[in-house]
Amino acid sequence: MPIQYYIALSVCLFCIGIVGVLTRRNVIIIFMCIELMLNSVNLLLVAFSKMYNAPAFAANPASTVGIDGQLFVFFIMVVAAAEVSVGLAIIVMMYRNTHSIDVNFLNRLKN
Amino acid sequence: MGVTSILFWSLSALALISAIMVLATKNPVHSVLWLIVVFFAISGHYILLNAQFLAIVNLIVYAGAIMVLFLFVIMLMNLNTATEPKKNLWMKLAGIISGGSLFLILISVVRSSVDMSQKSALVKDGNIGLIDTLGKVLFNEYTIPFEISSILFLSAMVGAVVIGKKN
Repeated sequence: MPIQYYIALSVCLFCIGIVGVLTRRNVIIIFMCIELMLNSVNLLLVAFSKMYNAPAFAANPASTVGIDGQLFVFFIMVVAAAEVSVGLAIIVMMYRNTHSIDVNFLNRLKN
Repeated sequence: MGVTSILFWSLSALALISAIMVLATKNPVHSVLWLIVVFFAISGHYILLNAQFLAIVNLIVYAGAIMVLFLFVIMLMNLNTATEPKKNLWMKLAGIISGGSLFLILISVVRSSVDMSQKSALVKDGNIGLIDTLGKVLFNEYTIPFEISSILFLSAMVGAVVIGKKN
C-alpha cells in the first residue's frame, strides 16, 4: 500500500479533529477530538514504521528496523491514558463549580 | 484490486465517516459511540499492517478504558440530552475554513514530496508488530522510558484523585 494513502488518511483524521476543536463548544467533545488527533498520529507512526521495515524485511526477515515507531505509539498511548484521567478529573471539577461544560464560560481563570 | 486494497479502502471510509459523525451528532453519547467506531477502524488498519500488539492495545486501552471513562463522565453529568448552545455561525465557518486550509496545505506538501512518492508500507507481512519482537526491544533498549512512564502513571493517578476530591 503506498505510504501516501496512509499520510492522506491521517491528515484527513487530524484535520477533522482540528475542525472539531475549533467549532464545538462542549468541552468533552473537544477532548474527544484531541483523542482523535492523537490516534491519527499513531496510525501514521505505525505506517512509517512499516515503510522503513519493508526493504530491511526483504533482505533479512528477522530485522527489527523501524520498530521504534511502534514503540513510540505504545508510549503515546501511555501518555494519552494519563492525560485522559487528569483531564476528565479537571472537567468534572469544573462542572461541579460552574454547572456548565461550555468552554466559553471559561474565558477567565478567576471565578 | 486485491483483498488488501478493498480492506484498506473500506476501513478508511469507515474511519472518515465515523470521524465526521463524531462532530455532526448533537448528542454527546452518540459522539462517544462514533469515536469507538473510529478506534475499531484504526485497529483494523493496525491488523492490516500486521501490528497485532498495537491493534489489541488500541482496542483495550482506547475503546475499552478511555471511552468507558468518557461515557461514565457524560452519564455522571447527565448530559445525554442535546444541551449544547448554538455557536455563532461565523465562528463555525471560520473553524471549518481554517481546518480545511490546513488540510489543503498538508495534502499539497505530501503530494509534492519526492521522498514519499515511491515508498510503500509493508502490509500483511513483516514481524516487527508481533509481541515477542516488541517486548524484546522494549525491555532491552527502552527500559528507562518504560520505568519513567510508570512514574508518569503514578503521578497521573495521584493528580486525578487530588483534583477530583471534594475540598
